[in-house]
Amino acid sequence: MLKINKLHKSYPIGDSSLHVLKGIDLSVEAGEMVAIMGSSGSGKSTLLNIIGMLDEADEGEYILDNVPIKNLTEKKAAIYRNKFLGFIFQSFNLINYKNALDNVALPLYYQGLKRKERIEKGLFHLEKVGLKDWAHHLPNELSGGQKQRVAIARALAADPKLLLADEPTGALDTKTSHEIMDFIQSLNDEGKTILMVTHEEDIASMCKRIVRLKDGVIIEDTFVEQVRASQYV
Amino acid sequence: MNRTRSLLSGFTVAFAISLFAILFGIVNGLVNTFDSAFADDASNSIFVQSGMTSKASNGLQAGRRIQFKNEDQAWIKEEFGDKVQYITSRVYLNVVATFRNEKSNYSIRAVNPDHQYLENTKVTYGRYVNESDIKNKTKVVVIGRLVEEDLFLKTTAIGKYINLNGIQYKVVGVFSDDGGDNEERLIYMPISTAQQIYGNNDYVDQINLTYNPDMNFDAAIGFSNLLTKKLKDRFTVSQNDQRAIRVRNLANESKAINQFTFILGFLVLVIGFGTLIAGIVGISNMMIFIVKERTKEIGIRKALGASPKSIVSIILLESILVTIIAGFVGLVIGMGVVEFAGPFLEKYFIKDPSVSLSIVVGAAITLILAGAIAGYLPAKKASRIKPIVALRDD
Repeated sequence: MLKINKLHKSYPIGDSSLHVLKGIDLSVEAGEMVAIMGSSGSGKSTLLNIIGMLDEADEGEYILDNVPIKNLTEKKAAIYRNKFLGFIFQSFNLINYKNALDNVALPLYYQGLKRKERIEKGLFHLEKVGLKDWAHHLPNELSGGQKQRVAIARALAADPKLLLADEPTGALDTKTSHEIMDFIQSLNDEGKTILMVTHEEDIASMCKRIVRLKDGVIIEDTFVEQVRASQYV
Repeated sequence: MNRTRSLLSGFTVAFAISLFAILFGIVNGLVNTFDSAFADDASNSIFVQSGMTSKASNGLQAGRRIQFKNEDQAWIKEEFGDKVQYITSRVYLNVVATFRNEKSNYSIRAVNPDHQYLENTKVTYGRYVNESDIKNKTKVVVIGRLVEEDLFLKTTAIGKYINLNGIQYKVVGVFSDDGGDNEERLIYMPISTAQQIYGNNDYVDQINLTYNPDMNFDAAIGFSNLLTKKLKDRFTVSQNDQRAIRVRNLANESKAINQFTFILGFLVLVIGFGTLIAGIVGISNMMIFIVKERTKEIGIRKALGASPKSIVSIILLESILVTIIAGFVGLVIGMGVVEFAGPFLEKYFIKDPSVSLSIVVGAAITLILAGAIAGYLPAKKASRIKPIVALRDD
């Protein structure tokens, strides 16, 4: 599903540059649920952004679903993001003047679907996250948990191969966090491949594999016994 | 989306368009005022009149009366050829006109057929004096609209006979004139008829002509100066004698007015252009703010698979939408002001101020196009925003 070889990334800071990723090797199979952990500055978000094609690596190889991701034009990157990836952000990143349904349907718009189909699919995914009745509400009328569920529905709408989550529970309280994690686990149970950045141990333990980063290198990569979130809900 | 910002930017655009429309209306009004001042006569008219000599010349004493005759008109035409467009002589008479029980005093102008074009006379019914009338000295008249109203009341005058100082004339035409009521209380008759019946001579009181409109103002003024000089020689009048022969050329006035309207038009063009530029600056400013405000949204959209092209179109669309709405509002306000304030401005020499819709629409389209072009750079820049930068939590 995903293969990374000797990935390097540095950011220029003034005259010098900050070497954030110092040769990352990682491969993820379909159906995995991986937590990427590390303290701030460890490079975990940078890694996720490169995987998400939101950022580009300086060196190294990145193959996603047998497609080498390299020297992409903006247009090509847009198509790949739309086709391969679903994003879940810490701060939800919903478009605040569009209602829940329109937010969910947005990736479908960029796939070039007709309006009727977009609404149909959008409602289907909203129902999946249990928010069909909230379809016509604006984001600011929703609670944090509801917003994140709309964001998840949006990430799922385009039926991506890989779901990328950047601190998906970072802005939520413990109870809501567990609800969201329960939902993400159920998506994984259905076969979705999920990659998640977090710094919370209990959230990480709900994944099947934990990759620890420190100073730009992987220091630990272990498969763990998954803790089910449903027991807390 | 910041509605206040869009509103303010829109206001700039609306203001620019309405100001443009109002300015244009005012200038049009001023031009109309000057145009109408000359609507009565052809603007290329030259009037030639005679009087008493005020200076002795070539052995002849001062105080001699100069009298034009038919031959003088013919001489001018012969002497100057195609520099003369139309030419007519005039004989003035005052008559008492009667038709049945109605009776009134009128001025008569006995003229040649060309007079119609010199005076911008509009024949509403029937015909004007023609060459055959001149040749046959027919007893026909063309009467003003108000003469018909006065004497014939509600009935039509054409074909009826009107009594002028005891002689019957057939009414062959009725005319109207933009020169006002006095011009429409005139009676025209063939000059030859008047000369035979009222004097049995070939005297004329005045000669009017128009110069060839292909001549520019300076050539026309040169022409009338030469005409004056040659006429003075012909009648043995001193060149310094300002009274014996008087030539008035409307080109002198037209030239001054033409320069005035040209400068006015140029000024408006400069001011209008300035307001449009202010509008364009307003739009590009708006675009930059739109991009700044929507940076995060652009990042989200790009993460979801928006192509750079679609980002450009989102940004351009918003600015074009605001510009179109604001442009329309400005257009309505500007034209409304011109329309409603127009009637009250006549005493300030602004007559019928009007803006042609096509000019204002043209200005609005220019503004929208220029705005889109000016906004394209910020939009393009927005499309290059890296989603990772846009999505970074503040």
